[in-house]
Amino acid sequence: MTATAPLAERVLRGEQGALARALTLVERRAPGCDEVVAELHRAAGRAHVIGVTGPPGSGKSTLVAAMAAEYRRAGRTVGIIAVDPSSVFTGGAILGDRIRMSELAGDRGVFIRSFATRGALGGLARVALDAVTVLDAAGRDVVVLETVGVGQAEVDVVSGAQSVAVVSVPGLGDGVQAIKAGLLEIADVHVVNKADREGAHRTVSELREMLRLSRRRPGQWNVPVEQTVAHSGEGVPDLIERFDEHMTWMAGNGERERRARRAAATRIRWAAEELVRGRLRPGSPAFDAAVDEVAGKRDDPAAAARRLLEQL
Amino acid sequence: MTAVQEETVAEPIRVMLAKIGLDGHDRGVKVVARTLRDAGMEVVYTGLHRRPEQVVEAAVQEDVDILGISLLSGAHMPIFTRLFDLLAQLDEPHRFAIVAGGVMPDEDETELKQMGVGAVLGQDSTPESIVAEIRSLAGR
Repeated sequence: MTATAPLAERVLRGEQGALARALTLVERRAPGCDEVVAELHRAAGRAHVIGVTGPPGSGKSTLVAAMAAEYRRAGRTVGIIAVDPSSVFTGGAILGDRIRMSELAGDRGVFIRSFATRGALGGLARVALDAVTVLDAAGRDVVVLETVGVGQAEVDVVSGAQSVAVVSVPGLGDGVQAIKAGLLEIADVHVVNKADREGAHRTVSELREMLRLSRRRPGQWNVPVEQTVAHSGEGVPDLIERFDEHMTWMAGNGERERRARRAAATRIRWAAEELVRGRLRPGSPAFDAAVDEVAGKRDDPAAAARRLLEQL
Repeated sequence: MTAVQEETVAEPIRVMLAKIGLDGHDRGVKVVARTLRDAGMEVVYTGLHRRPEQVVEAAVQEDVDILGISLLSGAHMPIFTRLFDLLAQLDEPHRFAIVAGGVMPDEDETELKQMGVGAVLGQDSTPESIVAEIRSLAGR
């Protein structure tokens, strides 16, 4: 349908329009998507992929904007993928991350793309990591993946990143409580944003306390707790430095390869799930027959699933 | 027995809504944003006081179907002139349709459409007519 190979080539040359089209292709999982991603996958792997997550209102977008501005000052190019939830009822969404990224607008060194979750978070995770591949292959030095950290699916998304920042804010009370469930473990850097507010020190010490309680192995990365005031940029240069240190640490002890392998494993599994789901759908004779058998109590769901999988 | 219907969801229409220049009135554009969201569209809002260059760049990056510019400042003619100049300078032709919203005199409407604006939605537009107009411009 579309000439896909030239599209990948144009992405590799860093053309903005091609980059935007490739991201749309990835988002829609449109025909030709797999071929383009396949081509770009081989070229990707140079970018530092940073995940930023945290509860709503913690200032993630503003922080990401401040980070991008800091990276630009250092002469590094940035790609940003900002994910916002879709309405469960209408499927529509208002994607407002750009409002907080106005400072970056008009700078070709920063490419921002907003994605809506479109109801299917599992699907989104795959879209988001493919989008990272696209921006990485296009030569962005840093790719930032921003999601609202509320559920396991969002955790899956950011765990595809090399360095994960978990953002919290003072005064949320049980904000720390909220993030400790799954997010604490995946943080490589903790950020206490809006650190000019009352209670910042308490949030910092709560986080430090929690980190102290976690089991540490020798040679393990020492998760720092950074304080930032994103709208003024305070603390952001230090934060960037931590990310760089984290990258150096990962490169030095094989962690970078381990994470790349982990991300590869996750992505193969997602791709496989999508393939299986695509085959096991009403209309396929084997599937419909299995539905009849299980509904008629002549077979059980697990056995039918095993049989169908073997036939694939 | 009836086969389970696989849910097929059409691709949501992606719309960018932008405010350009010295115009601090964004209640209208926010109402439109919610209206479009409730109609199942994905709306990227840029916020206030953008420059035409920023808006064009953002619309390209977001690969939207529709670019809606809300203007209540009376500066729509120079702003749209500048906008279409910038669009003409893009490396490849843009694929989004342009919609103007806000307060614009009738005689300007004709001129705006000649420039390439797909629809001019004045302040008397109903939510239904806005949604219908955008759907028809997006072709789905």
